[in-house]
Amino acid sequence: MNWISQIGVITLFSIERIGRMGLFLVRAFLCAITPPFKSSWMLKQVWFIGSQSTLVIFLTGAFSGMVLGLQGFYTLNRFGSVALLGPMVALSLIKELGPVLSALMVTGRAGSAITAEIGIMRTTEQIDAIELMGLNPFRYLIVPKLIAGIIALPLLTAIFDVVGIFGGYLIGGKLLGVGEGTYFGEMAAYVRIQDILEGIYKSLSFGILMTWVCCYKGYYAGFGAEGVSKATTQAVVLSSVLILFWDYIMTSLLF
Amino acid sequence: MKRLNTEFAVGLFVLAGILCLGYLSIKLGRMEILGGKGYEVYAIFSNTGGIKTGSAVVLAGVEIGRVKSVSLENYQAKITLTLQPEVKIQEDAVATIKTRGLVGEKYIEIIPGGSNEYVPPGGRIRETQPPVDLEDLISKILFEKI
Repeated sequence: MNWISQIGVITLFSIERIGRMGLFLVRAFLCAITPPFKSSWMLKQVWFIGSQSTLVIFLTGAFSGMVLGLQGFYTLNRFGSVALLGPMVALSLIKELGPVLSALMVTGRAGSAITAEIGIMRTTEQIDAIELMGLNPFRYLIVPKLIAGIIALPLLTAIFDVVGIFGGYLIGGKLLGVGEGTYFGEMAAYVRIQDILEGIYKSLSFGILMTWVCCYKGYYAGFGAEGVSKATTQAVVLSSVLILFWDYIMTSLLF
Repeated sequence: MKRLNTEFAVGLFVLAGILCLGYLSIKLGRMEILGGKGYEVYAIFSNTGGIKTGSAVVLAGVEIGRVKSVSLENYQAKITLTLQPEVKIQEDAVATIKTRGLVGEKYIEIIPGGSNEYVPPGGRIRETQPPVDLEDLISKILFEKI
């Protein structure tokens, strides 16, 4: 009989966790759509999540595009359809790799920092101090990050896509000899506006997902240095897994 | 100065992101910012052969418009085209569905006619030719020995 109640305990615990995460997001959105807005805090977060990540996104985008150009060329060469290298690179970047890889990179770079920052504020009782002053910590800590994630991720993804497409051209076109007209012309013929919108929707949802999980984990971080380190690890792992999981769901829904 | 730097960096980032988004959607996605440019004509086909919204319409190999919509009318396919305003289509022109390469994407080719009358905006291109069904052709060659 003991193991049955064990299952019950685990179920109740998971439901409580999921509910708490859901309520966290609902509360954040409610604070986001009601004044007062903290625009200067938001600016700082866009700077932190967006501008600061540009270099790493640039590098990952360039190398993803280059390796796609290389791999795609050798694969397509077997079928004698090298002309389709452009569409292949563009579609895989715009629909899949751009949103997912940039979300994962931003999670690693900015998400971990978000969790650590909020977690340390929690363990050093700064969040309690904000509450004691009668202020809403969500407005100062969570909402600016959430909005910044929603703004920054699609823009970073767009940068990733464009850099990747030109990286693919660098390898496929300049090094391996696919014509510029073929590469970009075929690309324009095959990429539809729906593909680009799909990528944007994905990156928008990843922006929410990443900031949500990272803020939540930091907000409910355990006590002390150990608690913060545990929360940071959990936040990065959980948001990466959720991003890939949600990517699958969105692809199957949007296809 | 610190704050100014932040603002500058954010501005630069947003600008770069929007430029990239614009490049993607206008250059690759062929989003029309100035909608409503051009005029519409339609044609009835017995088979679309896989024409989709946004497929190209060409005349003598030059792109002159795009497919606006594909719908079913009276058990036949009604394809609405948006053509550039300066291109006039003769009334006896023929619209055919063709494939780029053997397995490439489908497009509509307009073969000009000789009539003095032009298809008005909202009018119909009467002469159409359905796409060549590759499988039909192959089976004909294989089994009927033409």
